[in-house]
Amino acid sequence: MTETVAVITVFNLIKQFGRFAALRGVTAEFAGGKLYAVLGDNGAGKTTLLRTLAGLNQPSSGRVSILGAIKFHDICGQVGYMAHPSLLYDEMSGAENLAYFARLYGIVDSQRCAEVIRAVGLDPTLARPVGQYSQGMRQRMSLARALLNDPKILLLDEPFSNVDLRSARDMVHLLAGLRDQGKTIFVVTHQASLLEGAADEFIWMEAGKIFARTRSFQPPGNSA
Amino acid sequence: MNQTLDSSRLATGSQANAQQTGANLGHPQIVRGITRATLRKDLRLEWRSKDAINSMLFFSLLVVVVFSFSFDPSAEESRQIAGGLVWVAFLFAAVVALNQTWARELRNQVLDAYRVSPAPPNSLFMAKVLGNFIFVAVLETLMTPLFIMFYRLRALGPAWPLLLVAAFGTWALVVNGTFFAAMSIRTRSREIMLPLLLFPITIPALLAMVQATTSILNGEGARFWIVFLLTYDLVFTTTCLLLFETVLNAE
Repeated sequence: MTETVAVITVFNLIKQFGRFAALRGVTAEFAGGKLYAVLGDNGAGKTTLLRTLAGLNQPSSGRVSILGAIKFHDICGQVGYMAHPSLLYDEMSGAENLAYFARLYGIVDSQRCAEVIRAVGLDPTLARPVGQYSQGMRQRMSLARALLNDPKILLLDEPFSNVDLRSARDMVHLLAGLRDQGKTIFVVTHQASLLEGAADEFIWMEAGKIFARTRSFQPPGNSA
Repeated sequence: MNQTLDSSRLATGSQANAQQTGANLGHPQIVRGITRATLRKDLRLEWRSKDAINSMLFFSLLVVVVFSFSFDPSAEESRQIAGGLVWVAFLFAAVVALNQTWARELRNQVLDAYRVSPAPPNSLFMAKVLGNFIFVAVLETLMTPLFIMFYRLRALGPAWPLLLVAAFGTWALVVNGTFFAAMSIRTRSREIMLPLLLFPITIPALLAMVQATTSILNGEGARFWIVFLLTYDLVFTTTCLLLFETVLNAE
């Protein structure tokens, strides 16, 4: 079932790093149960927006409300975050990594780890350390880590980078399935075409602002 | 090996048993569980990489051997200088481990995975402190026989209070060291920044460790210095625990 109520509200969000403003007054509402593709050139503020939603950056001013909470700590158990780096320990296997991160969410059921590893198309019994994984496998395991706590909101930063086309399409298929289960998903990507047909909305960012929201992946206006 | 990605394989909602919030993860038993899991993870990583322990051992060994050959002290002289020599060697060696502690959390930005989770920051801090305590204690256990052998050390009175000095002194080093290492991880030259921050604040503890060790080796009482160390540990452990969340979330 698809919700239509706003689960994330951002009001006049400004994030400055020293004298550089990465976000310059972002105001938006995002409904639940949708897959959003966040697009824009390098330096447009996509990752900063995602990190701010994930509670990793404190806004310089403005307000973020997620699932009705102003404090990220109150809802952090309901958010999954996948960054551009893997957020995994290279020296440990995928299962060992996930077992550790599961404990951080109070999950003691080892079946859950195996379940998410299988869901991303990997073998939970693989003993090889993550450092020896291919980039595609690492991205999948990173996605598994983000899914571990069964989050209502998924924030994914460049999940398809360095991933072959087939694996990327598989990931899109998985994300669409998760969206259909009612999760709200944000995907920051430079490969917008992959999400055509899967994403519900494309959020276009430029110079720290959202300048358009479209239903198709074609850039608004005449610009390429 | 790779299979198709499939969201239907995932249990959701109550089946996933994962809707934890910061509030219900604050239960002492769960906090202890997270601390244990983090400590186990750190010990496992160190066991596999041996980054910290090898560097610490190599450094301490150099100090023991080079100083021994440079001074060739008598037994009496050794009792006078051993306290300073031993603790300065352990302090410098501990800095190596302390830098490693957070360096592995920065690789692949793993620390962010902890920060977005509901796990309490102090669990991470205590696990790191305990891990470093174990590493430095292992170093001390391995190096002490060498110190005794190279410097012909023999205590004139009972030597068991040295165990208390070692325990409280090591805790003083690692609790502050872990805290200041966390503070310096985001700085450009953290290897330099850590000693700059750590050494001034460690001087009172170092003084107590050296004085206590020298007193015990010379058969004198060291009660005052041991109580001083214990007080120092309590004050700084509490302060670090109170401030760690701010340090962890600093940008």
